[in-house]
Amino acid sequence: MQHVIRIHDFSRDEIDRILDRAAELEPVAHTGSSDALSGRILATLFYEPSTRTRLSFDVAMKRLGGDVIDLGAVETSSAVKGENLADTISVISGYADAIVLRHPKEGAARMASEFSSVPVINAGDGAGQHPTQTLLDLYTIRKEGKLNKAKIAFVGDLKYGRTVHSLAHALSLYGADIYLVSPDQLKMSDLMKDALIESGTEIVETAEIDDVIDVVDVLYMTRIQKERFPDPNEYHSVVGSYRITKETLKDVKDNLIIMHPLPRVNEIDPEVDASRHAMYFRQSFYGVPVRMAILSMVM
Amino acid sequence: MKPKPGEPGDRELRVKRITNGTVIDHITAGQALNVLRILGITDRPEEVVSVVMNVSDRKKDIVKIEGRELKPEEVDKIALISPDATINIIRDYEVVEKHEVILPSQIEGVVRCINQNCITNTDEPVKPRFVICRGERVELHCVYCGSVIADRIADFLI
Ligand SMILES: [Zn+2]
Repeated sequence: MQHVIRIHDFSRDEIDRILDRAAELEPVAHTGSSDALSGRILATLFYEPSTRTRLSFDVAMKRLGGDVIDLGAVETSSAVKGENLADTISVISGYADAIVLRHPKEGAARMASEFSSVPVINAGDGAGQHPTQTLLDLYTIRKEGKLNKAKIAFVGDLKYGRTVHSLAHALSLYGADIYLVSPDQLKMSDLMKDALIESGTEIVETAEIDDVIDVVDVLYMTRIQKERFPDPNEYHSVVGSYRITKETLKDVKDNLIIMHPLPRVNEIDPEVDASRHAMYFRQSFYGVPVRMAILSMVM
Repeated sequence: MKPKPGEPGDRELRVKRITNGTVIDHITAGQALNVLRILGITDRPEEVVSVVMNVSDRKKDIVKIEGRELKPEEVDKIALISPDATINIIRDYEVVEKHEVILPSQIEGVVRCINQNCITNTDEPVKPRFVICRGERVELHCVYCGSVIADRIADFLI
């Protein structure tokens, strides 16, 4: 494995290998330490803030005994101010054994991989790809539910949400049935639905959570952003109907898991947090073993 | 006497036959100037270039380039906008080679990405590159951001 740029670059076998490695490393991620990457240096280069993702990589590298150099907020860093990404990557790849990159332009990670002499891991490029998020989502589903032939409902913003697009593609490799639950304004594009259907995935589309909540194994919630709605009243009425409460959950399957890429706004009532179905905080933690697996496989 | 359309004499009047070089025939009518753009022939070419548009009853354009034999990889890009074009290599007034354009599997630096937020639409030192997929229609998939150009490809020529 060299660069980690798009989830589409990985076969099901390759994904399984990463998830297997993550399972091996999970005990270390909890409390332990390892010297698997001792003497190695990871550079984290974030052109837009994402504290959660950056911390998760930082912890993953340190649990494996490696060091991290963080370029800080790139907009203010004199080291790279005014320099193009290609030059920055050429320089940084001389200092580090791998680079984690987050950048506002789509395709930035792919370009960076062409200028880097060390592996590049994409931690989000614009509205494009965020493959380590997809892998931690898959790990969560495999660990806490079932990954093969899962019935999963995606709820909320299915038009702009890259998390959903990448995960839906990956789940199509595992024969999932996918339920798309969204308001009319935020439906998944036909192009993307066609690609899923072509890959043999069953798709059911609806505007009501109640239509699907009792049949699915996984409920994947997403943020609905205010900016997507020209009319604030419309936003408030839509958001209200895609909110999970204890009441919503009264007839669900015993083993239903509720996921969310976090941070949430008010898609999930905090009273749900204590329920056995709530998996979003654990999902977030699983980012550590999954990123440990990736780091150990590229370096 | 005026020759009838399509007869050699008529062609003679419009454009001189070329001695050595390339004739691109059967270009989709209206696309001749885009063909020149694709070939990188700008307003001051070194070669003698003739462009004939809307050839009478045939509804096609023709481009003739004197003194230059275009390589297949140069001309295959033309297939993006004119899939029926044919390439004729001329030596000493004779057609010595003739073939249809073939869509390449990738193109670089010919078309810009449709996605304004793509890294190739910035000042970074990277040329837009596309993988070409041919199903019912020609689709260009951006290697960097994954965006797809399927309609009006000529609008995105660099
Ligand atoms: Zn692009």
